[in-house]
Amino acid sequence: MVRTHATKFTSAGILALVLLAWQYLPTALDVPRFIIPTLSDSMIELKRMWMQESLLGHILSTALYTILGFVIGSLLGAVMGYLLGMSQFWEKVLSPYILALQIAPKVAFAPLFIMWFGYNSMPKLLVTVLIVFFPVLVNVLQAMRTVDRDLVNLARAYNLTRLGIFWKVEMPSTLPNLMAGLRIASTLAVIGVTVGELVGGNTGLGYLISYGGGQANAAMVFNAIILLTVIGFVLYVVLERIEERVLHYLPKAQH
Amino acid sequence: MALEFRGVSKSFDTRDGGSLLAVNDVSFRVEEGEFVSVVGPSGCGKSTILSMTAGLYQPSEGEVLVSNQPVTGPNAHVGFMLQKDLLLPWRSIVHNIEFGLESRGVGRQERRARAMKELAHCHLAGFEDHFPYQLSGGMRQRAALARTLAIDPEIILLDEPFSALDAQTKLLLQNSFAGTIKDAGKTTLLITHDLAEAVLMSDRILVLSERPGTIIAEIKVDLPHRDQPIKRRQMPEVADYATQLFKHLKLEEKAA
Ligand SMILES: Nc1ncnc2c1ncn2[C@@H]1O[C@H](COP(=O)(O)OP(=O)(O)OP(=O)(O)O)[C@@H](O)[C@H]1O
Ligand SMILES: [Mg+2]
Repeated sequence: MVRTHATKFTSAGILALVLLAWQYLPTALDVPRFIIPTLSDSMIELKRMWMQESLLGHILSTALYTILGFVIGSLLGAVMGYLLGMSQFWEKVLSPYILALQIAPKVAFAPLFIMWFGYNSMPKLLVTVLIVFFPVLVNVLQAMRTVDRDLVNLARAYNLTRLGIFWKVEMPSTLPNLMAGLRIASTLAVIGVTVGELVGGNTGLGYLISYGGGQANAAMVFNAIILLTVIGFVLYVVLERIEERVLHYLPKAQH
Repeated sequence: MALEFRGVSKSFDTRDGGSLLAVNDVSFRVEEGEFVSVVGPSGCGKSTILSMTAGLYQPSEGEVLVSNQPVTGPNAHVGFMLQKDLLLPWRSIVHNIEFGLESRGVGRQERRARAMKELAHCHLAGFEDHFPYQLSGGMRQRAALARTLAIDPEIILLDEPFSALDAQTKLLLQNSFAGTIKDAGKTTLLITHDLAEAVLMSDRILVLSERPGTIIAEIKVDLPHRDQPIKRRQMPEVADYATQLFKHLKLEEKAA
């Protein structure tokens, strides 16, 4: 992504505008603080949360489970995608079930997981893994189906084994799609963890949202949402950087 | 090494359960060191003939022989090159050229040495660390030729390798390919749409009919300078050969 000064400047300008509006618009429109707290209210609450609600612990817990769920889910999704991509038979047999599971709202499984595993970190991890799994699986499978047949034939003509063809042709060919799947998955991972924390448990930013909501503490909810967004954003940016490195051989669009 | 087709037919299964005859009873022989072109209408089975020679599919009937041995699968004697350069975009040029050697038990140093030699041969010295997207179309085709030559095949199969190039690059590349192939003494089968190209580069031309492809004419090109198409191009006889091919392909009737 090429960022010029102009886009950076405009971006920062918009951020400043939004923050200003947040600070002054609610009071100007006579919206009560417990409905929309202003920027400064939220900052004061943030400090209180840091001191009294051990905010850091909640942030770390959410970040940890986001990353853990993301890594496990995308690993399983990728492995499954490659395995199915190598076997047309199993792909055909399993594709209706994959479609059904992909359509099913994964977050709705959270209460079930709590019934099965209790109020521990297992349910939120499982929801995250489940929600991350599908976009990675589907992207990899799609890419495996569209690997250039002529490239595979070239590899066959050079006497590569089935495994050799996978590692040297198919796997690298699918990297762009895998990376795209991972990027989508990273944004979903945060949603998975949040839902898991919302419905059960007493740690994490999702828990702070339900706790703050119960106390009609809108500023706390605002802060938790913002911090969740930051976690997701950081994960996304890290992936983008990795992608730039891994896919360095793709021509960059010239501006 | 010679190449021979004996009564080869190939049919493909179609989606609706039927079968489609792509190549019908084709027999020909290419002698060692000879350069033979195959021309014919689109879809007549030219690429299918090439794939069978490379051992990618088996004929439905008949036999394909390479130095009198039936071809049963991909084998080390045959190298092929298509219109698409098929360079792996994630590998640098030198790694691309080494690709064919990796599965043949050639050691790392020897691989690199052979790749660098072919690189120089194909006028790509200095570009070994570039990636395919950094090269022009003509350079990519030369890299593909270097990869094909690196495995030192006895038979080279070319499927319209120049058709995506502009006229000047094409002529230069035809010339350098022709020289390289002649020097190396490779047996070559070139598939092409370009009648002039067939005349400029070949010892002999096979004309295929519409699908199912079968050989309807065989033309011996009795001209010097097979290794220098640019020189051959200036000979007046070239036009006569092209006219002959034109007639065999019934292009005038089709245009009417
Ligand atoms: N793997 C395949 N499965 C089914 N049909 C095929 C397959 N490969 C080729 N065909 C069919 O066989 C016929 C001949 O194809 P082929 O690619 O050999 O033609 P061609 O002479 O190379 O054409 P062109 O000049 O356009 O490249 C076509 O009708 C094509 O649809
Ligand atoms: Mg073809």
